[in-house]
Amino acid sequence: MRSRIYAATGLALTVLVVPLPATAHDYTVGAIKIGHPWARVTPPAAPVAGGYITITNMGTEPDRLVSGSSSISQKFEIHESKVIDGIASMRPVVGGVEIAPGATVVLGSGGTHIMFIKPTKRFVEGEKFPATLIFEKAGPITVDFAVQGMGASTPPENHGGHGSMPQ
Amino acid sequence: MNPLKVFRIIAWGAVAIAGGVLIGFSGILPGAPQLSGSSTVSSSGVAAVGGSFELTTHKGRRFTDADVAGKPYLVFFGFTFCPDICPTTLSELTVMMGELGVDADRFTPLLITVDPERDNQEMLAEYMSAFDSRIIGLRGTPEQTAAAARTFKAYYKKVPLDGGDYTMDHTAGVFLMGANGRFIGTMDMDEARETRIAKLRRLIETKA
Repeated sequence: MRSRIYAATGLALTVLVVPLPATAHDYTVGAIKIGHPWARVTPPAAPVAGGYITITNMGTEPDRLVSGSSSISQKFEIHESKVIDGIASMRPVVGGVEIAPGATVVLGSGGTHIMFIKPTKRFVEGEKFPATLIFEKAGPITVDFAVQGMGASTPPENHGGHGSMPQ
Repeated sequence: MNPLKVFRIIAWGAVAIAGGVLIGFSGILPGAPQLSGSSTVSSSGVAAVGGSFELTTHKGRRFTDADVAGKPYLVFFGFTFCPDICPTTLSELTVMMGELGVDADRFTPLLITVDPERDNQEMLAEYMSAFDSRIIGLRGTPEQTAAAARTFKAYYKKVPLDGGDYTMDHTAGVFLMGANGRFIGTMDMDEARETRIAKLRRLIETKA
């Protein structure tokens, strides 16, 4: 009886624990921690795709995401989307994104984000693709972006961070 | 005053502001010369949203306001070089239409591209294939596009970027047009899905 309970508990834990690595993935380079890089499924022929990440600076000095690259797109840029007075606009971010010591910056849907311009293939749900992020101090790091469903607005484990503004 | 009435007043206020913005920026709108002498915005600040337009569907068919006469419809201005709000709006519409099922047959969602220069018909056709097949992608000549934007008091502007590229600023909300062709309000994808579904259900009930 007891062993059966253990077995059931074990199974329940496996079910609970196993899917997590598929959705949550973190990376660290120097004092910079990168949380769950993700992108949304793209419609066919879409000439652009957004890339979303959370960056935490665990160091004592400010750092800056200055650029990046990916083999899956012709260009990698950082853009800021805004809706002001009902008008949507998007502009390239000049000079990159600063991450103050101890700060967490969310590059998320609807705000400052990574732009993969002219993707070489369509983003398909469940797939991953690599991209290199270059930080001024921490240097380059290659991360995998997980492609989530078209309706996804935030990664599942980051619901608490939804709405926080990049600094 | 019931909530719908309050919403209407707020919506009309927003339209008046949007109309003001449109007129204010008319000098830099594509096809702007046609805007001079526009008499659709009255001095009372109440703008008539809706009316005639003539565009071409992503399948190459001519499409005008006559095609939605007597039936509620939605209008969203967007473009394919838009990574966030445009595909998100279309995918949210797809999800909601799935939820509404056959009730979603009772309105016609329209995406009007504000970037007909890059969004050619072939590209738009491919792009639209990712969404509910009842959503119609529309494009026009620069003049037809400007005229459609004027009809809905929508704003769009081509913004040059370094390196010869450009981006488009555009009205973000979805216009809800009743069966009588009159503007009822807007739908914002930041609203809770239940709120949006409720708006669509109210839209369906409008009478021609």
